[in-house]
Amino acid sequence: MGAYAIRRLLWIPVTVILTTMIVFLLVRFIPGNVVDIIESQMAANGGGTIDRAAIMKLLGLNVPVYVQYGRWVSDIVVHGSFGTSLRSSQPITPMILQRIPLTFELGLMALIIGLLISIPIGVYSAIRQDTITDYILRSLSIILISVPSFWLGTMIVLYPSIWWHWAPPMEFIPFFKNPIGNLGMMIIPALVLGSQQSGSTMRMTRTMMLETLRQDYIRTAWAKGLSERVVVIRHAMKNALIPVVTMVGGGIPSLVGGSVIIEYIFNLPGMGRLMVDALDGRDYPIISAINLIMATIVIANNLFIDLTYGWLDPRIHYQ
Amino acid sequence: MTTKNGNAAPVKRVENKRPGLFFDLLRRLVLEKPLGTFGLGLIIIFFTMGIFSKFIMPFSWSQIHLLERLQGPSGRYFLGTDELGRDEMSRLIYGARISMEIGIGATFLNTVVSILIGASSGFLGGKTDMIVQRFVDVWMSIPGFVILLTVMTILPRSLLMMILVLGITGGIGGARLVRSAVIAIKSNTYISASDAIGCSPVRILLVHIIPNIMPTLIIMFTLGIGGNILAEAGLSFLGFGLPPGVPSWGVLINSSQAYLQTDPQLALWPGLALSLAVFGMNMFGDSIRDLLDPRLRGGVGRYALSDKKLKELKENLAGKAAAGK
Repeated sequence: MGAYAIRRLLWIPVTVILTTMIVFLLVRFIPGNVVDIIESQMAANGGGTIDRAAIMKLLGLNVPVYVQYGRWVSDIVVHGSFGTSLRSSQPITPMILQRIPLTFELGLMALIIGLLISIPIGVYSAIRQDTITDYILRSLSIILISVPSFWLGTMIVLYPSIWWHWAPPMEFIPFFKNPIGNLGMMIIPALVLGSQQSGSTMRMTRTMMLETLRQDYIRTAWAKGLSERVVVIRHAMKNALIPVVTMVGGGIPSLVGGSVIIEYIFNLPGMGRLMVDALDGRDYPIISAINLIMATIVIANNLFIDLTYGWLDPRIHYQ
Repeated sequence: MTTKNGNAAPVKRVENKRPGLFFDLLRRLVLEKPLGTFGLGLIIIFFTMGIFSKFIMPFSWSQIHLLERLQGPSGRYFLGTDELGRDEMSRLIYGARISMEIGIGATFLNTVVSILIGASSGFLGGKTDMIVQRFVDVWMSIPGFVILLTVMTILPRSLLMMILVLGITGGIGGARLVRSAVIAIKSNTYISASDAIGCSPVRILLVHIIPNIMPTLIIMFTLGIGGNILAEAGLSFLGFGLPPGVPSWGVLINSSQAYLQTDPQLALWPGLALSLAVFGMNMFGDSIRDLLDPRLRGGVGRYALSDKKLKELKENLAGKAAAGK
């Protein structure tokens, strides 16, 4: 385990360097560059011609790509700076730092809500396999995956306001000003995001429970005359939930991706909202910065899962 | 039978009597998985709508009736009209066609890309495998939806581009699954045997490995379609997917945003259609996975067989015992 952990940690720099390359090139190497877009927008808005060379120089695009990449990375490493926004010329780092807590809060709440919904339902569905209850619960889990969060969010904002003139609070309340008000405002977005996540966790819990319930030691437990509650909770659940932990961790990328849409619908000033605004304005430095931060969160999360997995399941031996 | 060497046993080709994987799967689906069969039914309905949209649509999806804008449901327009007086029903039906094209096109491309990357890296192993896997790991660590958004802001927006982008970006992640399936098959003796009799690596891969990872590929394909349809809708909803003129369900929801307070049904119907179609896909895919995943077969103890099957089995045994006497 110790050797595995060290090797796993040694890979991290490689992973991070590769990530910065992909994130950087994703925006720069796709056909059509920023200057072309600015030019076409200027033309569309009735503006005159622009000085391409001057803009290229201003944006630092007049040097080869590897030099641009080197500058970008060294700025992040040395100054902790992601550069400045193309639109507002404001430094990007404080902009993002200000918005991270909200996205984090939303993600955490959604994760907790998702687990609270999915694990009991998944377990129950497995121990009643192929009964009517199982069919209903499984249909529910698949409904949760299938209903798009952006539509569900829109409907939740829309229909109560038409029928009862009630809308979920859309005014943002900072957590440290009014914690209860903040939680009350966040609960609906978190519920929408969490319920979508819970669908796949529910399915995974069910599958893992079914697999565990077919093991020899479960038969032994039955043979000893233990009650169903003890067999299921003490013997089966403990082992079945280990892969589910990985699965929940593996769902973090889609949670982060989903928060983009949720923040947009519920008008929450988080990182996802910043992302959509930046995409609208084709503000590439911000887009790259957010991509890199999201990727870093996921890499850290994957590392954490890999390291805890061996501890959770002693049967696993890393070489 | 007389041949050159008379003592040779007559060679007879043994006909394969087993039904193909596809029909066997379909039979078991209908017999064992009512939910999956229901899903398949929904899929067939949506596909029929998509394929025959030209004949089903009451109006053309782009026909504008300026005098009958934003109407509610009526005998003439079943689901009302949109902001330009276009028939909502016709637009929904045509939306099924677009979703179908995107779902199948992108998922097919997903599978091809996954096989190209995953099978070659798993089959070759060694340094190639390690380098390719690092790249896939990194790619997987950037949330898929965020990659899609980033790429779609830059590329021209069209149906073909959407399929290409969804297909290629999604396929890289699937490579992992294909790779592990290939590695599991690779250690079998029959692979060493075909290597020993001089099969080329390409032949081994195409003739011996790919058919054996078919279950993984089928599961990937059926479960991937719903995801791709949802991804397109999400992108179009945010305004980075298909161009506004194309009546995909995501675009319809996006363009209804300005009229939500007065005409909420413009957002309701496309969302319902989308949810229902994806629901059918997932339901079907889930059952197919249950049927194909060997880890879920058989078993011991109380939960091995459902009560219904146990009862059937007991009755069967009792019947046999009675017949024996």
